[in-house]
Parts: sequence; C-alpha cells; structure tokens
Amino acid sequence: MKRRDFLQVAGLGAGMLASPVPIFGRSVPAEYLVDPGMDVAQKKMLADVALNTAKSRGATYADARIGRYLNNYVFTREDKVQNTVNTESFGIGIRVIVNGTWGFASTNDVTPDGIQQATEMAVAIAKANSRIQTEEVILAPVKGHGEVSWKTPIEVNAMEVPVSEKVDLLLSANAKAMENGADYVNSVIFSVNEQKYFASTEGSYIDQDVHRIWPVFNVTAVDKQTGKFKSRQGLGAPMGMGYEYLIPDASKRVEGGAGVTLYRDRYDIIADAEAAAKQAREMLGAKSIEPGKYDLVLEPNHLGLTIHESVGHPLELDRVLGYEANYAGTSFATLDKWKTKEFKYGNELVNLVADKTQVGSLGAVGYDDEGVECKKWDLVRDGVLVNYQAIRDQVHIIDQNESHGCCYSQSWNDVQFQRMPNVSLEAGKEPYSIHDMIKDVEKGLYLVGRASYSIDQQRYNFQFSGTLSYEIKNGEITGMINDAAYQSNTQEFWNSCAKICDQNDYRMFGSFFDGKGQPSQVSAVSHGCATTRFNGVNVINTGRNI
Amino acid sequence: MSIYSKDEAREIMERALKYSSADACEVNLTSSEQGNIRYARNTVSTAGHRSNRQLVVQSNFGKKTATATIDEFDDASLEKVVKRSEELAKLSPESPEFMEPLGPQEYKESKTFIEKTTEIDAEYRAAVAASSIEPAKANDVTAAGFLNDSNGMSSMMNSNGLFAYNRSTSLDFTVTMRSNDGSGSGWVTRDFNDVEMFDAAEASKIAIDKALQSREAKAIEPGKYTVILEPAASIGLLNNMFGAFNARTADEGRSFMSKEGGGNKLGEKIVDERVTIYSDPFNEKVPANTWTQGGLPLDKMTWIEDGVVKNLAYSRYWADQKGVAPVPFPSNGIMMGGDASLEDLIKDTRRGILVTRLWYIRSVDPQTLLYTGLTRDGTFYIENGKIKHPVKNFRFNESPIIMLNNLEALGQQVRINGNLIPYMKVRDFTFTSLSDAI
Repeated sequence: MKRRDFLQVAGLGAGMLASPVPIFGRSVPAEYLVDPGMDVAQKKMLADVALNTAKSRGATYADARIGRYLNNYVFTREDKVQNTVNTESFGIGIRVIVNGTWGFASTNDVTPDGIQQATEMAVAIAKANSRIQTEEVILAPVKGHGEVSWKTPIEVNAMEVPVSEKVDLLLSANAKAMENGADYVNSVIFSVNEQKYFASTEGSYIDQDVHRIWPVFNVTAVDKQTGKFKSRQGLGAPMGMGYEYLIPDASKRVEGGAGVTLYRDRYDIIADAEAAAKQAREMLGAKSIEPGKYDLVLEPNHLGLTIHESVGHPLELDRVLGYEANYAGTSFATLDKWKTKEFKYGNELVNLVADKTQVGSLGAVGYDDEGVECKKWDLVRDGVLVNYQAIRDQVHIIDQNESHGCCYSQSWNDVQFQRMPNVSLEAGKEPYSIHDMIKDVEKGLYLVGRASYSIDQQRYNFQFSGTLSYEIKNGEITGMINDAAYQSNTQEFWNSCAKICDQNDYRMFGSFFDGKGQPSQVSAVSHGCATTRFNGVNVINTGRNI
Repeated sequence: MSIYSKDEAREIMERALKYSSADACEVNLTSSEQGNIRYARNTVSTAGHRSNRQLVVQSNFGKKTATATIDEFDDASLEKVVKRSEELAKLSPESPEFMEPLGPQEYKESKTFIEKTTEIDAEYRAAVAASSIEPAKANDVTAAGFLNDSNGMSSMMNSNGLFAYNRSTSLDFTVTMRSNDGSGSGWVTRDFNDVEMFDAAEASKIAIDKALQSREAKAIEPGKYTVILEPAASIGLLNNMFGAFNARTADEGRSFMSKEGGGNKLGEKIVDERVTIYSDPFNEKVPANTWTQGGLPLDKMTWIEDGVVKNLAYSRYWADQKGVAPVPFPSNGIMMGGDASLEDLIKDTRRGILVTRLWYIRSVDPQTLLYTGLTRDGTFYIENGKIKHPVKNFRFNESPIIMLNNLEALGQQVRINGNLIPYMKVRDFTFTSLSDAI
C-alpha cells in the first residue's frame, strides 16, 4: 500500500496510534453512509456470475465477496475540527481453487462483464501459480448455509449520527480537559460499517452488516518551567457496537483502584477527559519507580493488549507454520509443544478462549470471510495449550476437520487469510474484587490502560507499560508513579498468574487497526478479561536524563 | 491502465479545474501499477497485481474546505467530482488552520523514474522467488520473502497556477531465511528505483549466510555494550528521532525538541559533532520526489550539522504563525559516513555486538525519545577484531539521542528504505533483557 492511502494524524502522541490511520475507498458525502446500497437479490445474481464463471473455467471451488466498506472519522484538537473523513469502497473479490492452487482477483467494476473478467484473471493466476506450487490446498468441509444474514446488534447506527453531533461531543470532551489542566488534547471518533456479501460454490449466500466504533483521545499536560510533559490516553475501548457506546450510563461505570473510573459497554468520554487532564498534571509531579520485582495488578484495558501480543498472535496457526516468517515472525508455541498435550502456557488459573460470537466485541460476526459459521473454542484450558486459530485450508495440519472460522479480509480487493479472533482470559471462579487483588500485595504496581508495548518475533520476550501507574505498598495504593515498564517472558508471565477477579469485573479491550501480512492488512479484535494479578514480575525504570 | 504522461496529466487536471467555481481548487492526480509476489516455506504463497488511478479534488470557500475523489476522467465525471467537493466544502465547518493553495512554484526534475523497472512482470517476480528458494533448499534453510514493484506518477495543479509532475519506479525486497533445525535466522532487505541494481541471488545469499552463522547462539548477560549497527538496525531509531523534528510540537512544549522555559532546540548541539544528517532528493543513490503533497518544492536541506540542529520542519500554517518560511519534511534522509567497511569496523573492535536489525520498535518516553525493541535475524559477539559466535537476541531500551552521543565510528553508507545510512559503531548501547526468539 502506498503512503497516500494513509492519513497521517499528527500530534496524537506516542502510543495512541502506533502508525498512520489507513484510509480505504473514495471520499463521499455523509448521506452516502446511510444509503442501504445494493439489494441482496442483485448481489446474489452478481455473485453467481463469479461462481458459474469459475466453475466453467475449471475451478473446483470458488467464493465471491461483494463488499461495501464505509468509514466516518472525525478528528479534533482543543477547540477545532482538524478533519472529517467519509469514505466508501465498493467492489468484488473472487477466490478460486484450480489445480489445487489458490487464485484471487478483484475489481470495482461490479457488473456481469467486470466480474467475469476478474474471475478469469483469478483462474489464470491459480493456473500460473500451480506450476510452482508444492503444497496442494486441502479445504476442511463446511456446509452450505443457503441464504442467511447477520447484523451487529447495534442500537444507534453511528453512520446516521450527524457529524456535527460527533464534533460537539469531541469538542466538549476537549474543553473539559482544557478546563482541568490539559495543555493539549486530540480526540477522534472512528466509525466503521462493513456491508459484506459472501457466496461460495458450496451453497452459501451470506449477507452481513458489521459495525465498529472507537472513540479515543490523548491529553497532554506541560510544565514549561522544567520542560517536562506527560500524556494520558482515553480509557474507552473500541467496540463492535453502534453510537450507543457513547451514551453515558452511570450503571456501566466501574470504580477501579486509586479512584480511577473505568467503563464497561457504555463510555462517558467527557468525564474521562476531565479525569485524564487531572491525572496527566498529577503525573508531572509523580516520583520515578525503583526498578525490581513487583506484583502487578493489571486492569483489563491494559491486560487486553498483553493478551493480544502474548496469546493472540503466537497462537495464529499461519505464524506457527512459517507463513509470516518474513514479516511479523513465527511463534514459540510450536506444534511439538501442542502435541504433548501438557505444555503449560500458564498455570491452572489461566483459561484463554477464542470467541467470534462475543456480543459487543470487534471480532464478532455471524460467519467468517470464507462462509464458516463463527464459534467459541478453547486455546488454553487449565493452563495447558490445547488449540490454535485456524481456517479451512489449515485445520488438516492440526488433525482437525472443522475450520475455526477466523478468515478475514480488510476489503473486497484484498485476499482473505487467517486473522486473530477475539482472544480472552476467562474471569476467575472465586468471588474476587479489584480490592481483593490489591489488599495482600506487599510491593506492587496497579497499571491501567495501554501505553508502550513491544514483543519479539516469536513472542517470548515482551515489555509493556500503562497509561496510568500506581504504586502498591502493604495492600494499599500509595500514589502515582512514573517510568515503570515490565519485562517478562510469555510462558513465565502466564505461569505467574496469582489471582483473577470474577465476572463482575470482566471488560473488553480492543485493537482497532491490527496489522498483519504482506501487503499489510488491518483487522479489529477484542480481548476480554477481569483485573488480574501476576506475582514477581521484573519492572525496569525507563527514565533517562539527556 | 496507463501511467499518465506529463501532458496527459496536465490535460486531465486543466479540464477538471474548468468546472471549479470555488474560491480556490487544487487537484492531485495519481496512477500506478504495482505487482508483488510472496513466498514462505520454500514455495510461493500469494502473488498479485494492482492498478490504481485517482483524482483528488479539494475546493475551498474561505476557510471551509473539503475533498472528493474519483477514478474516471471523462468530462461528466470530472464535473461531478468538482461539484461534489464544492457541496461538501460549503457544508463543512471552518478549518482555522486552512492555508490558501500555493501559487506557481519552480521544481527541478527528479531522478526517480527508471524505464527498465517498468518491465518487471510476473515471470521476473517468480524468478526472484526462485533465486531465494533454490539456494535455500540447497543449504537446508527455508525462505520466506516478499517483492513489491511499483511504476507510477503523481501530479498536482491548482487554480492559483501551480503545476507539478513526478514519475517514479521502485522495488522493495525482503527475505528471511531460517535454518531447518530452527536454530538460526537471517534477513536482508533491498530497495531500488532501478531494477538493474537489484541482485536477488546476492541478497538471498547474505540472508542464508546469516541464518547458518547464527545457529546455536550463546546467551550473554544483557547490559551496556559497544555495538556495530548495520544501517537496517539504526534506520528505525533514526526515523523515530526524525519524527521529533517538528517545530510545532517542539514549540508547544511536548517534544524532545522542546526547551526548558519554552521554545525549541534549533541551533543547539544535541549529538556528537561527527553527526551530519541532510536530505537531498537529487542524490543519485537515493533519488526522491522534488515536491511535497501540498506543492512545496523539496531541495537539499541540512537537519543536523556537526551535531547541531540546523532546521526543524515547519508546516505552512505553523510557519505563518511564527513568521518564518515553511520547511517541509524531507522525502529522504542522508547521514554522512566514513570510509570504513563493516569488516574494518569489526577489526577495530575489541569487544562488541554486531546487530543486523532492530525489530518491534515502540516509543517508551517521548520526552527523552526512549525506544524499546529487539535485535533479530543475526546478532553476533565480536572479540579482538573478529566475530566469535552468534548470541541470543536482546531487548534494548535506548534513545537515538544517547546513541548518537555515544558514537565511536562511522562507516560506509548503504541505501536503506530510500535513505543513505552509514554503518555505525556506538558504545554503551543499552540491552535490558534476553530473548529466546530466533
């Protein structure tokens, strides 16, 4: 992808967006975003053109994805709108198997002629590649679903909310931050709607309407005298929800440790911006940490990213097999470890599940991008590695005959491949609260929200820090702390799990623009967990004097 | 789909501007052909080809502005897209930082287009894959690689009389070789405008050699070490450092470049006096575009000279606020080097670590430009002027500012991601833990 396909968002601050925001499609007026688009009967007729063409040219399998991808992004800083982006991308992607080899082509000419040509190109590519192919495609069986549909269960379609309302909300949050000690604030609402139609030669015609939303901000407080500055990011999560996520509901607030207010399923961005400004200013005077071993109490908005990096990615089967070796890397969680049926990924408290059905999550859909009905399955049960994330052409490698349903493409013009489902840590069975996590810690840290994160290419060694860090001494939170980052090894870390809050504290964190593949594609995925304690983790001091 | 010539581009954009009734209108036209091949497990996994063309129209009425885009260029389509951008602009809130489109500018011709590169086809790409896969099989290693080639043009025109055009070609190649016993890994990257400079077999051999040499790595204690950084290792940290060369965030007090008490570090010495970094789109080895997306001309510009900050980037808006000339971010970066080869640098090292590349680099503290990440695909222990053995990978926590203050020696320059960066020997580079990753 070329640089111009990205929108560079300046000044958002480190960590909030690690890379530029991808922009797909053409700019359109806002009213295009609420247009229902092509009707299902028309899509079926067009998809059949692809499937029939493929079969008549010798394909043993074909699928067609007619996609309409809509984005509305609103960017503000302090008291001004920086940018609003409305885009629509519409086209069809056709994937075929010929001579046991995949071929893929796409076009935005969604007419019978255009589709026929693209299908012929997909067949030609498959034939050309089959000459150098050494591993024939083996697809796990899937039943045809007939004509079915699925829709994200939203209450308010974010695409129908006027941009002016989103702008007002963000500027109100910014103003609240500025009134409470912020020097700068950037805020964004990302709204995404994928209207996807999937058809395959196996008899599925699946129409899906998928919605996601991410409100996010970054507040900075500056001490001009000392030249120091500190930032605090918003504690909302990206969600597979509509605009209702942004309608505050006091009953959905969670009182965390240290007086920090956290959110579940409903987010009050204005209240969070006020708290962020005060906390960023407090950070300017907070002390620097003494490095050493600490018990870590990790809040879900923080631990979610650790789960993403240390569990989600290493258990992607394509990484394990080496398909991502040249880019994201491979995995320590190799097949030989899995085959022993006793590889202790974590201790017996640790149960990690993959779930493409979780309501409100970013990864929830009815069917994946190769027509497999979505489900929930175990990855780690009672600490033992029991399964991976795999798609139709991979599961035979792990001696299974049912796809896990985690195939995804970011758009109609990219080929679908294995992507991470929601991967979550099950809540604890004992009735523990956040207070219970903290009360018996002698020397510890309570970390909230995401900040810096880095992990090696086989997912052993990682380093994370929180947007808020508090010191715990003798069972009490004693105050804010700066310069804390923890380093650990995935297996060691999950085996140091000491205590997990119960279901009452379970919340979701999400990654809205997760990158993988060459050329790179993004996907969105959630990670649920409750506040969890890990004992004796190595913490370093990241402060430097220059 | 064709790549538009200068005359064709001018004709399309002039036709579009004729439909404008806004206070000002600016159009950007791009077209490109890109091809790629991806391989893994010693076999081809995917291959693709993509054609793109797009016209972006930006209209403004006072400070109300909006853009619309289209990929069809007949008269009716052009009129439609111009009118749509005008309708959107009228509905938009005022953008306080909007700057009037520039008037006519002088641009020198770039050197980014090489005809031969446009001839790359599917057979060439398959041959590149074969030049990795065949020697990989012969050496008991597994290849995973990616080649992407691009042939394109970009052009802009506005109602104030500005016209710019650039044609470019490029190819980007990376390959990872992993020993089949899983104990060694090597990697190489190449990028060129001119396909004739690229030798896939030569590049693949380097990755194979590193994979074989890095087998059975020994663990040594993390700590502060003298390191020799290959350009692929230092480029990530240098790029991140360059992000701080933004005058606005510096003036706002939220950047490494901010000064105590206010203002920025322009004119201050921040790194070793042997460090000089400039940009030059006319450099033969790393030719780059000669104008920015907004139409500002790009020419040679010095950023750090003898360790002193000579320029920060000023957007047109911020330059206007500060009463200075705008300074655009550059399209390449060139760090002055020396004559020493990598072998020379190793020979002069009593005890140190040779680093092939750094990976998963993330900001830890923007105040000090502290970054963390890991070594990857070839990390070696040097003793008494010789590579003694491979070592296990490290996690680092280091600031490029500290790195460039701890400079020991600079070696020859290498092209990396469109930049020219020298081999670098640096003392006291901070490794904070060991990684088991291979």
